[in-house]
Amino acid sequence: MVERRPLLNLATHLLLALGLACLLLPLWLAFVAATQDVAGANAVPMRWLPGPYFLDNIAAAWTRADLGARFTTSLIVAVGVMAGKVLLAMLAAFAIVFFDWRAKAVVFWLVFVTLMLPLEVRIVPTYAVAANALRPFQAILDVTGLTGLVETLSGVRIALEWRMLNSYTGLILPLVATATGTFLYRQFFMTIPEELVEAARMDGAGPLRFLRDVLLPLSRTNMAALATIMFVYAWNQYLWPLLVTTEPQRSTVMVELSRLVPRGDGLPEWNIVMAAALTVMLPPLAVVVLMQRWFVRGLVATEK
Amino acid sequence: MSNTRRALFRSTWLPWALVLPQLLIIFVFFYWPTGEALYWAFTLEQPWGGGNAWVGWQNFVSVFSSAGYWHSVRISILYAVATTVLAIGVALLLALFVDREVKGSRGYRLAAIWPYAIAAPAIGIVFRFVFDPRSGVFAFLNQASPGMWDPTLNGNHAMTMLVLAGAWQLVSYNFVFLLAGLQSVPRALVEASAMDGAGPLRRMWDLQVPLLAPTLFFLAIINMTDSFTHSFALVDVMTSGGPARSTDLMVYKIYSDGFKGLDYSGAAAQSIVLMLLVVGMTFLQFRFVERKLHYK
Repeated sequence: MVERRPLLNLATHLLLALGLACLLLPLWLAFVAATQDVAGANAVPMRWLPGPYFLDNIAAAWTRADLGARFTTSLIVAVGVMAGKVLLAMLAAFAIVFFDWRAKAVVFWLVFVTLMLPLEVRIVPTYAVAANALRPFQAILDVTGLTGLVETLSGVRIALEWRMLNSYTGLILPLVATATGTFLYRQFFMTIPEELVEAARMDGAGPLRFLRDVLLPLSRTNMAALATIMFVYAWNQYLWPLLVTTEPQRSTVMVELSRLVPRGDGLPEWNIVMAAALTVMLPPLAVVVLMQRWFVRGLVATEK
Repeated sequence: MSNTRRALFRSTWLPWALVLPQLLIIFVFFYWPTGEALYWAFTLEQPWGGGNAWVGWQNFVSVFSSAGYWHSVRISILYAVATTVLAIGVALLLALFVDREVKGSRGYRLAAIWPYAIAAPAIGIVFRFVFDPRSGVFAFLNQASPGMWDPTLNGNHAMTMLVLAGAWQLVSYNFVFLLAGLQSVPRALVEASAMDGAGPLRRMWDLQVPLLAPTLFFLAIINMTDSFTHSFALVDVMTSGGPARSTDLMVYKIYSDGFKGLDYSGAAAQSIVLMLLVVGMTFLQFRFVERKLHYK
């Protein structure tokens, strides 16, 4: 603070409290609705104070949306994306920063370009790939005439197929296919003094040893930051799981939640829908609140 | 890549082995689909099988000559600009005052970050309830006079609701960057202008906000890009593009034309347009932001 101004401080408090109250108001109203019975949730004017039915609604939402199984799926996907990103990004950045090889610049740009186009804008063909992950390789074989060649020689027609719909690999892999993490690591690796590499080499450590014993311990902070960001990102995905899981019993919590939207006539059960919405919000919220420091760091670092 | 002076490891195969998993994944799930979108955009699937026939720009011509598409472009731009302005405005206000570091500003800061953790479908469903014409906050208006507030029938109401939800989602992200930007403004500058007699509001407007310009520009681009690409979940959960296509944003239209209408070529052509838009904005960001951000 630069100067003492009690009045202005009071105004600051008022403004911040008011601003944040507005921001968090929808969540409060959702919570209040989740504590009412059906009539209470639909009451006009709207209720502003909680009622006694919170646990009943949570229990109803849990069984109706089969949230136990959906939570397991979402958790596996979120952890899978998180682990995949943290690991693959680290290996790739290590190769890009610490090796002297010719293709380095090309590989760097190949990875870099993926930052530009989010999954949403190439959704239709990505879906086609998920329906058969080996489709690109099949097409390459077909176009180069290798399929025909092999067929005439051996009589066997090559038909590569790996269906990823309704599978964990299908849910996870396309979400891993961006460069966010690679950049975070690259920026960090560039700050590591080269004396460290020289010292390691002098001590007879090879690259993998250097990665394991020097870089890995040094990048703990970055790993935590990236992991928090990726967990939240993966848990909150909607469009991709919606497309890839055609069977309802394979879907994630977010897709299941959207199925609860009241449609048709009759008194909508907003109390149960809001209870489900709050339950589904909880894991990423817990991650952000508990790991706030890493989270803010990751947020700022990935967007460079 | 100007790190040639670095001490580096040498190996012919190891770096390839290290980048191979990542390259393989981005080839299959990034480069191939992007290429395929291009291929589909210039071809048309033949009825009764027989593969795709080359049709040149025809898919683009039919997309661009459809009134529905231009409507979608217009409302997407409206949506993007409105959410961006609202989200940056609110975040800037919060950040400027949290930066005054009154007692308890840590608590305010934490609360302002919360919304980032909340998924689009979840907040979409909450906003849908809050603005529901029969049970939401404005339900009493409809009791007084039916139809005063009804996002299920009135397109403007639906768009307002969508913009509010979209902006709500972006506020936290902007707040984090603006606060970081404010805290990197040298304290000496702020103190010097205070000694020259500039009051707190004057300092905010004439010193802190101008110094934040690069951050604001960066956030504007990021928010616009995000509004163009990540609005799908909100639209799908809150309005499904309705009423009467009044919230049929570009990314939602690609989905509904492609997966509901099974018009892959049309959807691919629209995807290409959206890709160009996003890539263009990313270039803008690199060109202007990278250069100016170094005032620290």
